[in-house]
Amino acid sequence: MSRSLLRFLLGRVVGLVLVLLVTSFVVFSAVHLAPGDPVSFLMRGRPVTPEARAALTAQYHLDEPFLNQYFMWLGDVLGGDFGRSVQFRQDVGDLVAQKLPITAFLVVYAMVLVTVVGLALGILSALRPGLVDKLVLAWTGTSIAIPSYIAATVLTSVFAVKLGWFPLYGAGEGFTDRLWHLTLPAVALALTFAGLLARVTRSAMLDELSREHVEVARSRGVPEGQVIVRHVLRNALGPIVTVVGTMVAGMLVATSIVETAFSVKGVGSLLVNSVTVKDFPVVQALTLLVVAAFLVANLVVDLLQPLIDPRLALGGDEK
Amino acid sequence: MTASATPLVPGGAPRLPGARRGAPGRIRTLAAQGPLFTAAVVVLALLVLLAVFAPLLAPYDPNAINLKNSLAGSGPDHWLGTDQSGRDILSRLLYGARTGLLGPLAVVGVSTVLGIVMGVVAAWRGGWVDSLLSRSMDLLFAFPAMLLAILCVAVFGTGLTAPVIAMMVAYTPYVGRLVRAIARQEKSRPYIESYRVQGWSGWSICVRHLIPNITPTVLAQSAINFGYALMELAGLSFLGFGVQAPTADWGVMVSEGQGPLLKDVMLPALAPATAIVIAVVAFGIVGEGLADRVAKRER
Repeated sequence: MSRSLLRFLLGRVVGLVLVLLVTSFVVFSAVHLAPGDPVSFLMRGRPVTPEARAALTAQYHLDEPFLNQYFMWLGDVLGGDFGRSVQFRQDVGDLVAQKLPITAFLVVYAMVLVTVVGLALGILSALRPGLVDKLVLAWTGTSIAIPSYIAATVLTSVFAVKLGWFPLYGAGEGFTDRLWHLTLPAVALALTFAGLLARVTRSAMLDELSREHVEVARSRGVPEGQVIVRHVLRNALGPIVTVVGTMVAGMLVATSIVETAFSVKGVGSLLVNSVTVKDFPVVQALTLLVVAAFLVANLVVDLLQPLIDPRLALGGDEK
Repeated sequence: MTASATPLVPGGAPRLPGARRGAPGRIRTLAAQGPLFTAAVVVLALLVLLAVFAPLLAPYDPNAINLKNSLAGSGPDHWLGTDQSGRDILSRLLYGARTGLLGPLAVVGVSTVLGIVMGVVAAWRGGWVDSLLSRSMDLLFAFPAMLLAILCVAVFGTGLTAPVIAMMVAYTPYVGRLVRAIARQEKSRPYIESYRVQGWSGWSICVRHLIPNITPTVLAQSAINFGYALMELAGLSFLGFGVQAPTADWGVMVSEGQGPLLKDVMLPALAPATAIVIAVVAFGIVGEGLADRVAKRER
């Protein structure tokens, strides 16, 4: 690892921490931005008993000056204490930890589908100009425009109601049952992103295919399969990995729609439910979680780039 | 999400006087984009007309409940059938086009203007102004539009206003980053320098030449953004956060259609779903067509 790369990565980590700090500040001050006083906002729709008022004042340190409130709250959050869910009367951290495995399963499942289908379609469309390319382009153009709630609607009506191949709702128990329950949600979640990845893969492959080194490899008699895998796909990997990385956060947010549509009790439906019943501590925790996931995914992409393209590790980080 | 493959081509050279095309020329260039582009433009124009004239075109009151005629199939009385409360789906679809298009229009209009201002100022001034604006745009990228909208709903309550404002903010950096990139390239072109030598102020060069020259590229991106905004706002209404239930709105209709779906009645959900997909596809085709057109003119 060269020094410039190290400095670059250090900068990214510092940037990540700064963005998280700003985000946490926004998420915290939202309590004060809301109309009405913070206690009634946090208890909205429920009678404010003196005990509840005292508990919330203690949790959000509401008797302190504003900036102190933020730093004390931040200290609690860093210690893993996000407060108590008003709705479930449960520690928010525990609540999220309880629901996270289902959503993680769903996102990983969808990510596998996106990668396999997106790469396959993109490669196919780059290597077979003409009819195949046109068909794939038409499909990706359409699938990008199908939002997950519509995909969920159509998939439910065809595969769950009409054909009865898949369950209507729920997340299932154990690995195979869960895989079966989450197949339709994962497809609904993956559809748009797979289309997007196919398009990026196609254009990255076409860029590489038109390069001289590909021509040289072919004229040297390197077998076509090897040219495609080692010379074209390998070089096209940079933009592909970048796009996959940026998808993580979008997918996490999209789980709110998909999990609601399929009644899957994960983090996404928890977010929707918490907004509906105004359970704000949970909304705060989940917002921070999604932003953190976005930042970490981007950092991982940055770490992977020099492995994909060693020129970056040689200090040539100027694009 | 909006990281589309729009080519970052700079706008064209300054327009010569007399080079403006008249209306017949415009129609000819429209047709030259291919039948798909023309079809998409026609679909969008039709959508706008249907939304504007919904009160004249709708055969029924979109909110007239008739429980005796619940979930009727399509027929001569109700072309697209009725929903669970016996409301005419076609009428609701027509009225739904209004909230469906107005929300994204506000989002795209404001984010395009803000993005152009931020991007041009960052590119033109450079230095610390550029760093400050670029860093704040990077910061906004960490918030997916949908998440910011959901957060705003949690704080300010349901309805179209909070999500629309949130999405104006969330869409701005996508425009701003694009504008900054192309405005930087444009700034280094000789014609800008020649205006400077002639004693033009930076403000007039930007307003009268630089911004008009980058506008086609920005509009192409904005058309694509319009589709995304439509999709996401309808999604928020689907979740019950945006447009509220009795109002006819495509997102609300898809959500209300989930019940009939379980009884194997598809039209109440499928009709608005199809409308959303058609609108988003049309905006995508128009956006990509415009981007192609700019790219071709550059060559």
